[in-house]
Amino acid sequence: MDAEVGKPGISGREFDVEFNRFIDAIYQMYHYDFRGYAPASLRRRLKTAMNRFDCGTLSQLQDKVVHDSAVFPALLDFLTVQVSEMFRDPAYFLALRERVVPLLRTYPWLKVWVAGCSAGEEAYSLAILLHEEGLLPKTLIYATDINTGTLQKAAAGVYGIERIAGFTANHHKSGARSSLSDYYSAAYGRAVFNKSLKDHIVFSDHSLATDSVFAEVQLVSCRNVLIYFNRTLQDRALGLFSEALCRRGFLGIGAKESTRFSSQADAFLDFAPAERIYQRRPEL
Amino acid sequence: MTLAGRIDAVVIGASAGGIEALTVLLPALLPGLRPPIFVVVHLPRDRPSVLPGIFARKCVVPVREAEDKEMVTPGTVYFAPNDYHLLLDQGPQLALSADEPVHHSRPSVDVLFESAVDVYKDRLLGIILTGANEDGATGLAAVHDAGGLTIVQRPDTALAPLMALSALKLRPADWVLTLNEIAGMLRTLDASPTSTQVN
Repeated sequence: MDAEVGKPGISGREFDVEFNRFIDAIYQMYHYDFRGYAPASLRRRLKTAMNRFDCGTLSQLQDKVVHDSAVFPALLDFLTVQVSEMFRDPAYFLALRERVVPLLRTYPWLKVWVAGCSAGEEAYSLAILLHEEGLLPKTLIYATDINTGTLQKAAAGVYGIERIAGFTANHHKSGARSSLSDYYSAAYGRAVFNKSLKDHIVFSDHSLATDSVFAEVQLVSCRNVLIYFNRTLQDRALGLFSEALCRRGFLGIGAKESTRFSSQADAFLDFAPAERIYQRRPEL
Repeated sequence: MTLAGRIDAVVIGASAGGIEALTVLLPALLPGLRPPIFVVVHLPRDRPSVLPGIFARKCVVPVREAEDKEMVTPGTVYFAPNDYHLLLDQGPQLALSADEPVHHSRPSVDVLFESAVDVYKDRLLGIILTGANEDGATGLAAVHDAGGLTIVQRPDTALAPLMALSALKLRPADWVLTLNEIAGMLRTLDASPTSTQVN
């Protein structure tokens, strides 16, 4: 996000009036439902998009988006793309490795759902971790997102080489049993992650706001996605996770996210509270 | 100089030297305070958020780390958690985001201030303290442009003056003050009507 937002030119009240109209127009026209998103971050992203598309008001941007379908994919990037990193919050991955993996070993096969996978960093992190623990051969990871452009990037598994040092440091702190460099080849300033990981990941289009459950899984990892939703949409997403998880399946969310305020809170038991890993209540 | 009857919320931004500056300001807050206070301090990103614990011991008002979707309680000091942006939503309600850093900073002062303007409009007081980073200048300008009040720490008294100088370059501040003078201003904020404490 650049520093230009907040500059004078549009009053808060005008923006408020136009905001809901804009969100409705996107839904009617492109069937992307942002009505349940938490407004504060969405407003900020929309203001950034206004600057990028050189629009003084949200209605000007709406005009552009409604009448020129080529603009929409670029706008969608502003609204949805999440810059993450591999093994973000290494303590989370360490807890998965030490506490969740021993239980995952007991299943004959594994299905994992990475919900809101953006450019794929979390999906590849989990694939590497499961490979190190010997579980990858029997694992299928579903990595889903609403942005099809981002999904293509995720499926390519190509990251700027300048990001690799950070990824490697995180990986190391996650209790790594191998070197990150075993999993990619570097060329022309890029790191391309191995096909052996990709063979176990299915990237597909799925909306937590409008779609339903597509598989039974043993682990859902959905980190720093729920904070962008209002409580109603959080409830919907957690409901999907509860429905998708097998009895005693695991849910991992972001370090500052919680199921505590949700109507779905009772569906989950604390498993590793500090790392925000929950277990689906078996008697549901 | 008084803020009585004028301010519904306070936003504070600081970077290098910020903890020392806040050690002068936050313990000066009086019990029974009405406006909530939202604080962003830049810290190394892999550091756990220790600030709420440190300041809770020094302050008479409640001090907490901001939680996502939490309703704002009057008279409470909220710190942005490390490595997340803190924003305000209607309610007023707290919101966190993992959006990319602004001015290499997450949490970012600009992000907090701009979203607080959307909620509190001209009833907001913005304060920029010491820091070696330009984050906060745009945010404080947004507070000013919406008719809110602004205070900038006197740059010659700041451990690192860049944050204050950047803010002053973008818009004039209502007050340019030393830390002790700012502490004095904060003591003129409204007390809660339900509070039995009178100064």
